[in-house]
Amino acid sequence: MSDISTQPGQQTPAPAALDAASGKPVSFRGGGFAPKPRKLVGLAVFVVLIALWELGSRAGVISSLVLPAPSEAFGAFMDLANSGNLWRHLSASLQRLVIGFACGVSLGLIFGTAAGLSSVARAAITPLVSAIFPIPKIALLPLFIIWFGIGEGSKVATILFGCFFPMVIATYSAIDNVDRTLIRMGQSFSLSRAQIIWKIVLPAALPGILSGTRIAASISIILLVAAEMIGAEYGIGAYVLLAGNLMATDQLIAGVAILSLLGLTVNWLISRLENHFLGWRN
Amino acid sequence: MDLRVENLSHFYNDLEVLRDLNLTIPHGEIVCVIGPSGCGKSTLLRLLGGLEKPSKGQILQLGEAPSGSLNPLTYVFQDFALLPWRTVEGNISLVLEPHGLSAEEKERRIADVLERTRLSDFRQAVPKQLSGGMKQRVAIARALAVNPAVLLMDEPLSALDSQTRELLMDDLVGLWQREPFTSCYITHNLNEAVRLGHKVVVLSRRPGLIREIVDIDIPLSERDVSNPKLAALQQQLWEMMRDEAQTADMELAAG
Repeated sequence: MSDISTQPGQQTPAPAALDAASGKPVSFRGGGFAPKPRKLVGLAVFVVLIALWELGSRAGVISSLVLPAPSEAFGAFMDLANSGNLWRHLSASLQRLVIGFACGVSLGLIFGTAAGLSSVARAAITPLVSAIFPIPKIALLPLFIIWFGIGEGSKVATILFGCFFPMVIATYSAIDNVDRTLIRMGQSFSLSRAQIIWKIVLPAALPGILSGTRIAASISIILLVAAEMIGAEYGIGAYVLLAGNLMATDQLIAGVAILSLLGLTVNWLISRLENHFLGWRN
Repeated sequence: MDLRVENLSHFYNDLEVLRDLNLTIPHGEIVCVIGPSGCGKSTLLRLLGGLEKPSKGQILQLGEAPSGSLNPLTYVFQDFALLPWRTVEGNISLVLEPHGLSAEEKERRIADVLERTRLSDFRQAVPKQLSGGMKQRVAIARALAVNPAVLLMDEPLSALDSQTRELLMDDLVGLWQREPFTSCYITHNLNEAVRLGHKVVVLSRRPGLIREIVDIDIPLSERDVSNPKLAALQQQLWEMMRDEAQTADMELAAG
């Protein structure tokens, strides 16, 4: 809003001050529609919301059973950290997330690249992807439990599956969108097929591949929590579920906050990757 | 090395784009090909460099490519085709990498072409930082780096504004005078054709066949804008093309 209301054109001089000889200045009517970064605003919203919440809880407007004060949630978090269970839950979750995500993304990249480059691979892979991609992977978890056991295998498999399909789709569509004149250029200078793929196609497809990675990362966090809620001793999802069962809303909020931080961290890491590899875009 | 086109015809499915072309691109000369839009000029160029297979007829390389030529038939594209993630230097090095040159030889070639195209100061720039004219200079430098026998130029100046176009035309003339190169130069701009061509090939509208081959024996250095002979020549070419261009313009796409 502030972008619009602060336009200088709003202060047009009064028409009475003008006469026909001196003319009338052309009133400004452009500008705006160009959002600029305002980092402090976002932070302020957080601070104000949490302060209001804390005040509401202390004043008794918000029942602590329904929604505990932020300070209580923070206390629960500190208890968790001091008891040493934080690391136990977090390491269990991170291990599943990293293995499932890394394997899913790598396999997705390989299959997606194959589908992007070869007509036969594309004809073989895309119908399969179209058929399996829309299935909510959590529906497959019971099947995975039967196949891979109740332990780590089924959880990792769920995450792997969840990452694999968006990655395949992102990779082959990114390869489809590579500027064909660049490929013809490579051919016209007698670059080999492998060199064209490695030096032209994949770098050009990287922006699309990285945005696919971003989607795969958020899907894998969702699936991680879901899988942990169905059957796990340790893990952030298990912690949140247990807190809910015990009506320990302070622990519940602490668990949810950890998940939010986890998601933010993963996003930040991918942004760092983008800045590193795609610096040429700016 | 000469390039000879013999009885060349080309079809896209049933659509005839080129009909029975016979043409020689002699060593050390620039042959300009002009014609109304859709007459198959660009197709001809893709056929010349082997990016497409002719339906009928053949294209022959006569004689040996010069020693040190890494890629005898080398293109300069209309839209530059530079890799946006590589620097000027990296873009030139890309086309040298497949040939297993020593580091010194690569460096020598890069420095040489950057010097010839007056780009030495922009070695580390990425394409995004460069103007259209500079990008095309980089593309020309890249083409020269492989020491081509024939430069195949596909409307190289069409994506540029008219002032940059003038500057680059002077550059091309300068490059040719320092070291004459063989080139097939496709354009729809008659002025470029009469300024740069030793020979101008006029194609008719689709199916493209050769209407006329005009030899221009004025040395490139004397072909400035004010040369009356050039203006007359350009007028003559335009009259030749005018009706064809008009008819081609009125045709429905993919007709």
